[in-house]
Amino acid sequence: MAKVMGLTGNEAIAYAVKQCNVDVVAAYPITPQTIMVEVLSEYIYNGEMDAEFICVESEHSALSACIGASLAGARVFTATASQGLALMHEMLYIASGLRCPIVMGIANRALSAPLNIHGDHSDMMGSRDCCWIQIYAENPQEAYDWTIQAFKIAEDHRVLLPVSVNIDGFILSHSMERVEVLEDEDVSRFLPPRKPLITIDPTKPVTVGALCLPDYYFEMKFQQIQAMKESCNVIFEVNSEYESISGRKYGFLESYAMDDAEAAIICLGSTAGTAKAVGRELRSKGKKVGVIKPWIYRPFPEEELIRALGDVKAVAVLDRACSFGAPFNALCSDVIATLYRHGKDLRVFNCLYGLGGRDITPADLKAIFEETLEVAKTGKIKEYVKYIGVRE
Amino acid sequence: MVRLQDLPVEELFTSGHRLCAGCGAGTIMRMTMKALRGPTVVVNATGCVEVASTIYPYTSWKVSWVHVAFENAAAVASGIEAAYKVLRHKGLWDKHVDVIAIAGDGGTFDIGIQALSGALERGHDFLYICYDNEAYMNTGIQRSGATPHGAATTTSPAGRKIPGKPEFKKDLIGICAAHGIEYAATASPAYWNDYITKVRKGLEVNGPAVIHVFAPCPTGMRFDPSKSIEIARLAVQTRYWPVYEVERGKYRLNIKVPQPKPLLDFLKMQGRFAHLFQPDFQRELEALQRWVDENWKRIVELCGEKI
Repeated sequence: MAKVMGLTGNEAIAYAVKQCNVDVVAAYPITPQTIMVEVLSEYIYNGEMDAEFICVESEHSALSACIGASLAGARVFTATASQGLALMHEMLYIASGLRCPIVMGIANRALSAPLNIHGDHSDMMGSRDCCWIQIYAENPQEAYDWTIQAFKIAEDHRVLLPVSVNIDGFILSHSMERVEVLEDEDVSRFLPPRKPLITIDPTKPVTVGALCLPDYYFEMKFQQIQAMKESCNVIFEVNSEYESISGRKYGFLESYAMDDAEAAIICLGSTAGTAKAVGRELRSKGKKVGVIKPWIYRPFPEEELIRALGDVKAVAVLDRACSFGAPFNALCSDVIATLYRHGKDLRVFNCLYGLGGRDITPADLKAIFEETLEVAKTGKIKEYVKYIGVRE
Repeated sequence: MVRLQDLPVEELFTSGHRLCAGCGAGTIMRMTMKALRGPTVVVNATGCVEVASTIYPYTSWKVSWVHVAFENAAAVASGIEAAYKVLRHKGLWDKHVDVIAIAGDGGTFDIGIQALSGALERGHDFLYICYDNEAYMNTGIQRSGATPHGAATTTSPAGRKIPGKPEFKKDLIGICAAHGIEYAATASPAYWNDYITKVRKGLEVNGPAVIHVFAPCPTGMRFDPSKSIEIARLAVQTRYWPVYEVERGKYRLNIKVPQPKPLLDFLKMQGRFAHLFQPDFQRELEALQRWVDENWKRIVELCGEKI
């Protein structure tokens, strides 16, 4: 009988981090991530977790300290949101460039200005090219499960890249749900102590972070490109092994009711839950709709997406972050690029929604499904980019 | 005080680096490595020493060395220190590791001051060394919070209206000591035994230590590369660079200068001050002299000495 706890998204990630036997946590508080850091502090101060907690003076230093600790061979975790991730931006690239398998929990939140503390994906999408593996969870259970898997993926010697586990600010970070947790021993067996490939062991001196000029820089970056590709195999293996201990099956994406679907919504995170509920209702009325929810946003699950799309005729891609001035927003651009690359011609339009925490309702999603069905029928797109629920 | 015969022969900062001829920072790095007492990791902020000593695939360092970025050497050092602490506690590592963060004045006085302050406040056991060449020399001589009054840099040029930097130098050691740290000190490479002794002392204290060392820069301060150590000595003997230490809040003057040499001797050797010798800018020279006098008086009083 699995152990069940009532946990918010923040707490679920913190609980997973505790079970992962993390050595160093360096973090700075920011709404809506704060509770993640508070819970970890409690674990450490109460002796429930044997780790060093570095209560830094900024997010920039949080990730800097994590990089130092990771290079020394420690298993390392940090967490942030929004402005904090923006402040870390420089360090995001250095963490991946120095091949530090750091795991970071992100309670996604809008970016200022104007200041807003609520959930959207502007923070992570603004850093999507930083060579971090990027995971989006739909609920606290997924946040818990992915956090444990994240360490195993990151630390695999074929990967050695940092991983972010994203949860929608407030919607997931602060909502308590039923979470089935593993026994500590099962997590320890799944995730033994980190075995670093190279560390800064002072008895075997190394130089890390040298200056690479045009003669070598590109090759360094190419190795990261290859590691990102290689991570696909590792993610697949880790998912399989995790399923064997948890009974929960993960992959690059969740495909819901896609078998004979004619129209589909593609979206990240918690919105997928609402989309699936609305989809179920429409299915009961004979409408052939489905939902695709990428769990892994980087590396982008191209093959899996093409397979999941099957014979669908029209797709609405929902973005919760704006790529100002771009033809489409980020997720939609990736979907369209994938379709082009795989020679698949189907109708795609983009819905920008939920900025600054604006709710997306079942009615909104129903309207999007209806419109997608209409596009599937007629083959005609009225608006390539729609703005859901905004007062124009 | 360390003696010459006490120093290890082995060079852990080796030749072949691409620092300028006469670079004070290079000499300081070599001296720093002579003070080590065991396994050591160096964290180097972006700057002259960093770019010139580790051009891939070469390195001048025979200790483990890490460069992450410009403003965060103290934060990276925090992470390394914390990691070895917990790994040792968990039985996954078995030695004490000394962690030395090295940054220039830009990486310390300006962009790195927050990370430094945070690390000092948290009390990590590490030594922070600021080699101060008094401007952003690596990017082509721009003014920093460490540039002295009147010095010409590319962003505080010797203009017809504004003759060099109008502002004065920050009191780095005062700022660091105000965190209540165990040990803080200034030094000059002309007094090598004082400097090396201080590095060792900084490593030996439990908790953070800061050393602020004058780093003559022939390129940016504009003097003959053969004169680096002479400039470093004059900086002390003119009272421009008081050499003192602060142990648990107690100030001690390490090099007494009862009869200072004229400040002008120090200034005249350096092209960065050449414009001040025009009659129009006499007042700037006087302002700099006043600052030197007041700073000296302040430090000497803190040290409980008579001038």
